Amino acid sequence: MTPTTVDALAEQIPDGALLALPPAYGYVPTALIHALIRRGARDLRLLCVPIGGIAVDLLIGAGCVAEVEAAAVSLAEAGPAPAFTRAVEQGRVRMRDTTCPAVHSALQATEKGVPFMPLGGVIGSDIERHRDDWRVVDDPMDAGGGRILLVPAIQPDFALIHGVVADRDGNVWIGRRREMVTMAHAAKTTLATVERMQDESLLADEASAAATLPGLYMGGIAEAPRGALPQGLADHYAPDAAAIADYARMAKTEDGFRSYLEAHVLAPAADAAAHVLASAADAAE
Amino acid sequence: MNETPAGDYSPEEFLICTVARLLDDASVRHVAVGAASPIPGSAALLLRAANGDRPRVSLIHGKATNPFTDGAREIFDCAGQGRIDVFFLGGVQIDGEANINLVGTGEYPNVDKRFPGSFGSAFMYFVVPRVILFRPEHSRRVFVPKVDFVSAPGWSPPDVRRPGGPKFLVTELCVMTFDASRRRFRLESVTPGHTLEEVRDNTGFDFDVAENAGETPPPEADRLELLRLRVGSEIADTYPEFARRVFGAAA
Repeated sequence: MTPTTVDALAEQIPDGALLALPPAYGYVPTALIHALIRRGARDLRLLCVPIGGIAVDLLIGAGCVAEVEAAAVSLAEAGPAPAFTRAVEQGRVRMRDTTCPAVHSALQATEKGVPFMPLGGVIGSDIERHRDDWRVVDDPMDAGGGRILLVPAIQPDFALIHGVVADRDGNVWIGRRREMVTMAHAAKTTLATVERMQDESLLADEASAAATLPGLYMGGIAEAPRGALPQGLADHYAPDAAAIADYARMAKTEDGFRSYLEAHVLAPAADAAAHVLASAADAAE
Repeated sequence: MNETPAGDYSPEEFLICTVARLLDDASVRHVAVGAASPIPGSAALLLRAANGDRPRVSLIHGKATNPFTDGAREIFDCAGQGRIDVFFLGGVQIDGEANINLVGTGEYPNVDKRFPGSFGSAFMYFVVPRVILFRPEHSRRVFVPKVDFVSAPGWSPPDVRRPGGPKFLVTELCVMTFDASRRRFRLESVTPGHTLEEVRDNTGFDFDVAENAGETPPPEADRLELLRLRVGSEIADTYPEFARRVFGAAA
């Protein structure tokens, strides 16, 4: 698989697409999210797997999003997600509240090619009452479970992930963050940014193969060094807590949000550097 | 390090030691701690430090303390099978039947004030046998007659499988237990320096009072020392800002 640029990946995503995104503690494809905002994406539907962070907040604040399905959206220790909070309170995005295991179950249904998945708990919550796509049924196996919730399969158009390294066959190493495996199995296709490309196959070694997402799920790969920042990337770099706190403060107002966007997203030196590297990798093919 | 003199303690240290006492039970083998829960996380680590190696503690957003290798779904699969004995939940609002609201206040979906969301509460509240509701702020804003949105119900009818549910409520003012069959909280003890009247004045629902209700004990000296010397740096792996503020600890 020939690596492309981050901006070219963003061009593959049409307006209105349903995107599955990893949580803040996963490998967040921040550089690709920035590129989506630069390309002026509109009416996106986001599926947070299962919760959203700064990347989701940026997309919402930049006006790219029509609908969000999430168990929660927040900036964790940095506090509430300001653009999400504002948009939901003002009714500018449609919020489909869910709970973490319902997101996982809906993706696992698609993984297995079945139309729905049963899930324990949840019955009697207002989440369930407001989800007209969910069903509560009597235990059809009469296995002593009583009533049980069924959640329909969700097939995202794209899973967007960031990985540590990809090889020339499009295999991507994602470590222990295996919600990205479920996302990729369930989505029609997956677009990945990675810290770097390598020539040696990730499947050649048993230890790296066990933590690798196979290239058969990949629709495109681009190199984006430090492409998760300000979120962290496992052993590779810590989250930039100061940058996230800055964002939390600035995004409290529309003007502050625009200033952050202009400084860090619309004309970003770091993202531009990623494009040059990816182009160099292309030229080397 | 912490400059607090011996015999004195911070409100966070008091709450950590109070929660740790509720975990100190032979049936508690595995305590899991979810998002944004530094005090419950510290309490579990404190008990583990005090007992040697029990209970097992899993802080899902940590690294050194996060045992899971199958992605974000593993903790829920684990809990669904009964492998997790204790979990903590909070609430923007909590009512007298232990319904919790993590979504927002006002009429859903056009809420007046939106909060992050329900996280895994709608599942964990049903399957974990000992859920501890932890909400330091004790006010009528939080403890309401009826929540505006039920993220997770405090009890379920008999035709819904529910091995788990709320057992305790810990606030800055008191410790309560919850009886699912009566759908009522019962006050067990009051924080030193506060009164039963104060608890009533700041609670928007009626509750029972245990016959032997007294004061919540202050932190044990040996646990306070363990907390400051050891647990502070352990919790910094997951909650660096909290560890810096409360213990002056760095990761």
